[in-house]
Amino acid sequence: MDFGTFLVQCLNSVQYGLLLFLVASGLTLIFGIMGVINLAHGSFYMIGAYMAFSLAPLFGDQFLLMLAAGVVLAAIFGYLLEWAFFSYLYQRDHLQQVLMTYGLILVFEELRSILVGNDVHGVKVPAWLDGSFALGSVMSYPWYRLFASAACIVLAVGLYWVVNRTRLGMMIRAGASNRDMVRGLGIDVKRLYRIVFAAGVALAALAGMIAAPMSSVYPNMGASVLIICFVLVVIGGIGSITGALVASLLVGFVDTFGKVFFADLAGIGIYLLMAIVLIWKPEGLMGRRP
Amino acid sequence: MTIRTARLAFSAIALAALASVAGAQGTAKLKVGLMLPYSGTYTALGVAIENGFKLYVDEQGGKLAGREIEYFKVDDESDPAKATDNVNKLIKRDNVDVIVGTVHSGVAMAMAKAAKESGTVLIVPNAGADAVTGPMCAPNIFRSSFSNWQPAYAMGEVAAKQQGKKKAMTITWKYAAGDESVNGFKEGFEKNGGKVEKQLTLPFPNVEFQALLTEIAAAKPDAVYAFFAGGGAVKFVKDYQAAGLNKTIPLYGPGFLTDGTLDAQGEAAQGMLTTLHYADGLNTPRDNAFRVAYAKSFKLQPDVYAVQGYDAAQMLGVGLAATKGDISKKADFAAAIEKAKIDSPRGTFTMSKAHNPVQDIYLRKVEGKENKLVSTAIKGLTDPARGCRM
Repeated sequence: MDFGTFLVQCLNSVQYGLLLFLVASGLTLIFGIMGVINLAHGSFYMIGAYMAFSLAPLFGDQFLLMLAAGVVLAAIFGYLLEWAFFSYLYQRDHLQQVLMTYGLILVFEELRSILVGNDVHGVKVPAWLDGSFALGSVMSYPWYRLFASAACIVLAVGLYWVVNRTRLGMMIRAGASNRDMVRGLGIDVKRLYRIVFAAGVALAALAGMIAAPMSSVYPNMGASVLIICFVLVVIGGIGSITGALVASLLVGFVDTFGKVFFADLAGIGIYLLMAIVLIWKPEGLMGRRP
Repeated sequence: MTIRTARLAFSAIALAALASVAGAQGTAKLKVGLMLPYSGTYTALGVAIENGFKLYVDEQGGKLAGREIEYFKVDDESDPAKATDNVNKLIKRDNVDVIVGTVHSGVAMAMAKAAKESGTVLIVPNAGADAVTGPMCAPNIFRSSFSNWQPAYAMGEVAAKQQGKKKAMTITWKYAAGDESVNGFKEGFEKNGGKVEKQLTLPFPNVEFQALLTEIAAAKPDAVYAFFAGGGAVKFVKDYQAAGLNKTIPLYGPGFLTDGTLDAQGEAAQGMLTTLHYADGLNTPRDNAFRVAYAKSFKLQPDVYAVQGYDAAQMLGVGLAATKGDISKKADFAAAIEKAKIDSPRGTFTMSKAHNPVQDIYLRKVEGKENKLVSTAIKGLTDPARGCRM
């Protein structure tokens, strides 16, 4: 592998990692902070992808506008979902959470099947991002992938800022450490959770929308992402946004280079990584010791 | 009336009744079970196969060997998990005389197993799994389409011999059809002096090709052979172009990479070479007549799937003609098909010992929205049918 293609593989890794981070950050908020084992999180990613498929023809080349519209829709959807279902789950034990969120997966898949069918769909890259630039001697790198990485970086920085520098972020972080304390301080935990949940759904859906032109739109696409996301949250440390970012990039590299150098082991690469991290740091890379 | 005459009369009536039943057997409708995908990704393929099959039957006046045809349809949903139940609906519930199906290889394998156990005649009008006419082969199982090995082997030979390529890489989904196809290519390529240096795979139906495309760019082979179908084929060919690889490393594949996908692939597929047992612009009287008849009947252009359905009906017709419509004479039925020359729109073909078509494989080139015939890659290619004991 010459330097040029090595560089391209690094770009591929970062791009994949950042995309995973978008999904995983939402899961970190919901699982890490609110303590709900949300198996339906992958479905939000799938819903985002199908939203891109359905919205793209309406918006044409107004891709950014489409993303914005999708995020708003997803956030509203998440808000309602929390109000209708998840708000009852916080006090329940994990088994009940797993059963209910698994039920939601089945419902979402069935709804998808009724609304858009079971076919695999492609989503067109908008004209202004179509094309690629030369990188190395034979390879070109598509503009869209660069855009995807840039968009994810902007969102990651934004998320970091919100969580670490704002009052809302402070409440979220405090909630992650000690829920009762936050409630004791007179903060409306109910509303806080509803907003956080909506944000988590919106982030996963946004990731799905950005991924759609790169990875197609297909049934059950949420399932594989869901598993990786739980791995990420565990590696990064439960409840830590920074941890999720570091873990996402790590997994991006392991998966991309693993696919190339250890094709037969590619499927288990990230689980090996998880095992190594957990042996070394049982609480995850950025997790707090219990 | 004495008891004696009463008994005689009774026997006579019973005999007459028996005779009429036996007579009815000869002219009763032949039950044909169509087990095809009527929903999901492969719907269009299932419809084309059924259309082709019915077109031939209609051309014979709705009868094969004097027997009217009665159809029983089951949607296989391209789901191997439901395949055994679905095929048993036809065998046990509907009691069909012959089963025609299907597209998906995994489903076809389950059907072959059920056909082998029950002895029901099965004609496979698409699924290319090598095993159907390999280890699973049986006197009552026939294929009117191809084995995955066939177009792949031909492409390997073309790439090494005609195109003079020395180093190649293959890429496919990690599943049976993909493995069979890339291994067929490897065999044809290496037999003619080439070398397949690396075989890339990714899990089905994953379409995130980027990391593997970078790997291809790094290795710089002379050619790449890819096996994908449907949406995956569209995505791969487009990504290959977006990565700039098509300018320096030609992409080859079996026909499935560009058949029925050219609308979506557009510019990215232009000039690609693929191999298959059918092509656009064969321009033989047989094919032209077929195309006109099909277009007239269904207001659709026929494709390779329609041809395979049409030929499934032809094969059934040949077998029935030899047994005067009695499909229960299994040995005569099979012997007739084994000896036959099927007058297919793709060109005449015969059957191998394992009941797979021995057929010409064409080299085609993508021009606009057609897979235009370039030449015959290999004449009368026989599937090796490894593992078949028949």
